[in-house]
Amino acid sequence: MSHQSQEPTPEPGPEKEPGLSEELEQEVARESGAPAGLDAGEDTADRLAHALQQTMSHPWTVAAGAILLAVLVGSVMIAFTDERVTSAAGYFFARPGDLFTALGDSIGGAYSALFRGAVFNPRADGFAAQIRPLTETFNYATPLIAAGLGVALAFRAGLLNIGGQGQMLIAASAAGWVGFGVTGLPFGVHTLLAVAAGIAGGAVWAGIAGLLKARTGAHEVIVTIMLNWIAFYLVAYLLATPGLLQAPGSSNPKAPPTPASAQLPGLLGERYNLHWGFVLALAAVVFVWWLLNRSSQGFAFRAVGENPRAARVAGIDVPWTTVKVMLVAGGLVGIAGASQVLGQVTTGFGGDIDAGIGFDAITVALLGGSNPWGVLAAGILFGAFKAGGTAMQASEGVPNDIVLVVQSLIVLFIAAPPLVRAIFRLPDPDRRRTPREARKARKEAA
Amino acid sequence: MSAAVEAPDMPGTPSDGVEKRQVTQVGWKAAGGLIVIAALFALLLVAAPRDGATKFALSRGSDALQIPLLEIPAMPLAWSCLVLMALIAAISVARTLANRTTSIWAIAAFGALFLVGFLAWAGAGSSGTLSIVSLLSGSLLGAVPLIYGSLSGVIGERSGVINIAIEGQMLAAAFTAAIAGSVTGSPFAGLFAAVLAGMLVALVLALFTVTHRVNQIIVGVVLNVLVLGLTSFFYTQVLVPNAATLNTAPRFGSWTIPLLSDIPVIGPVLFDQAPLIYLMYLVVAGVSFALYRTRWGLRLRAVGEHPKAADTVGVNVERTRYLALLIGGACAGLGGAFYTTVAIDKFGLNMTAGAGFIALAAMIFGKWDPVRAALAGLLFGFASNLQNVLSVVGSPVPSQFMLMVPYVVTLFAVAGLVGRSRPPAANGQPYVKG
Repeated sequence: MSHQSQEPTPEPGPEKEPGLSEELEQEVARESGAPAGLDAGEDTADRLAHALQQTMSHPWTVAAGAILLAVLVGSVMIAFTDERVTSAAGYFFARPGDLFTALGDSIGGAYSALFRGAVFNPRADGFAAQIRPLTETFNYATPLIAAGLGVALAFRAGLLNIGGQGQMLIAASAAGWVGFGVTGLPFGVHTLLAVAAGIAGGAVWAGIAGLLKARTGAHEVIVTIMLNWIAFYLVAYLLATPGLLQAPGSSNPKAPPTPASAQLPGLLGERYNLHWGFVLALAAVVFVWWLLNRSSQGFAFRAVGENPRAARVAGIDVPWTTVKVMLVAGGLVGIAGASQVLGQVTTGFGGDIDAGIGFDAITVALLGGSNPWGVLAAGILFGAFKAGGTAMQASEGVPNDIVLVVQSLIVLFIAAPPLVRAIFRLPDPDRRRTPREARKARKEAA
Repeated sequence: MSAAVEAPDMPGTPSDGVEKRQVTQVGWKAAGGLIVIAALFALLLVAAPRDGATKFALSRGSDALQIPLLEIPAMPLAWSCLVLMALIAAISVARTLANRTTSIWAIAAFGALFLVGFLAWAGAGSSGTLSIVSLLSGSLLGAVPLIYGSLSGVIGERSGVINIAIEGQMLAAAFTAAIAGSVTGSPFAGLFAAVLAGMLVALVLALFTVTHRVNQIIVGVVLNVLVLGLTSFFYTQVLVPNAATLNTAPRFGSWTIPLLSDIPVIGPVLFDQAPLIYLMYLVVAGVSFALYRTRWGLRLRAVGEHPKAADTVGVNVERTRYLALLIGGACAGLGGAFYTTVAIDKFGLNMTAGAGFIALAAMIFGKWDPVRAALAGLLFGFASNLQNVLSVVGSPVPSQFMLMVPYVVTLFAVAGLVGRSRPPAANGQPYVKG
């Protein structure tokens, strides 16, 4: 994967540095070479324009533009399928005002429902109930953050982990099995053991892909996609077979409920669904940040991702590093699987326990620029979409699938910054650079 | 399932008049694989013997030529199949010792024997009959979207663009075919709309991967999610409330070809089908011819192997890739049309259900070659259909394991255990001119 374009991972770090140094250089040039009698107002204006330019060409601006565009497309879809809008459009020339009222009702209604479901619900009684949607957002964000970290970490090592679905399924099964299969353990120990089993399950499933890549050179994308389906059918078999994962006395492909001793306890008490899985996800963010930026192992991961040949020359065992990256990535996705079974769906899980999070994680990692803090922010954003989408479906009748559309559009737009820049007429960061700096940046990108 | 280490048979390699030096040692993969399969089968027969006879039906009630029901004692048949399998495995070992490859026909015969033996074992003592015709024609029907989809992958990837979006192309095509067919009342209109939808998804893929040089796998994955979201959204919002007018598609009837369809067993399987299936025979042959025997195909493959070289001699890399993706999109569109113009008369949520990924697997297992990919598609279609037939006779094999087969086989294929799958050299790499 090393020879692939690095474009889809817009990392703010390296882009920022040339911009900063450019600013510094101009500062120096201005102070030393500028004529003494230069108009102070014009200088301020120039600096303001320059600062604006900096902001406009920053990757985060592109990300904001991409989100805005995607939400716009979503609005159009909501409006076009709303009966009030279509019927008002039928007599547009007779009473044009009606159409705009209907449009406002439809789109405004949908997005205000989204907001009420995701952040703050002013219609509820008392602050504790009003803020509940925000905790739901964090709840939905928990597996997204953990799985997003798994994808992002693999990304940084030059591996595309498409196998989140399979890793989550295996992790959920492992955690679930320890949850209801092992009895007699005290609260706390049982939970930890179940979480550890989930992490191990995810790590093993991703490790297969890493091992195959390291030993045979099989492309990890194909291998992880195939492992997704194998896990899907394997878990379906386990859930449908009495004595394995199926709930005793039931004929449905469903596992028994997770006992209280293995559950992740609530974080804010009985009133909220938010559980300790969120803390686990936050800890994973810190761990990945430490791993990537402060540990020698993380340095090896990144070195392999940047240039495997150079890494090998530098004495890094590339195949073994690939296996290790996939093990850690799978373990992170495993946290997501464990938190689903031990925190989110404790009444017994089915074959859809992954809830599409394996694929959402790819979009989270991309939006987060494969950087742990970015993944945290992106995970919370998409968690808000999920929480709000459910509320939107319930109160406005807008199908939840709109969230999928908006989410994938965001990633598509982010992956192609030139497109977003062209639509919003944003400046290209490369264009402002001096030829020398542009050459340097290009060399870095290559 | 060619397991032999083959001499490089890349099309275009001069093989006549040039002295060939045999440098590769014949590997043990073929012989070893055969021994392992035979041993596993023997273990199955010893560990779980089943009493009774198996009834094989070789013709349908409506056929002109009736073949009586074959009722064969199950275990003797299974054991004789095993003996013959062991014989082939022994010959393969002897040939490997003499540094000669195992013939593909021997492996095919081995596979067929294994199948007959396994069916005999699985259907033993059941009151139901194993209808060979419905097993085979079901496999062919199940393979239609896989084959069209894998062709989409083959054409795109031969030009150097990884196409993970086959699933999305097919889902979009199935969706539009249902609407267009329902509105116009003609399955041909549905087919046409499906082709356009497949091409539209391909166009987006091309725009992002070829023009904007975004990572091809990411765009493919995201497009799948996007199409799933779009079709689900519009299905719930538009198709469900207007099911009678927008989601009641006409279907192709089967076109019986006279004479050919009267051939026992294979006649009704191959020549009593919907026109989309006949079109498939032509498309597979056409794509294979176009890739290997035309100037366009040579250029396309050159772009996929070494775009810089192709560019140097004047081939427009970007245009070639755009065209390849669009043609591939049209193929996937035909595959998606299968769902709503042949299989069933209405669109359902996520109705392709992963077929695009099996198509991808078929393409890899078929080593990026249209005919082999089609054969792999048939094999995978057979594997999923076998499970349906076995559930009729009440077989002891869990259905989930039969459904898992294509993916496991592909995993082995990419890992190099069964043959060696090598993608085009420039697959996945955006081309930057200069």
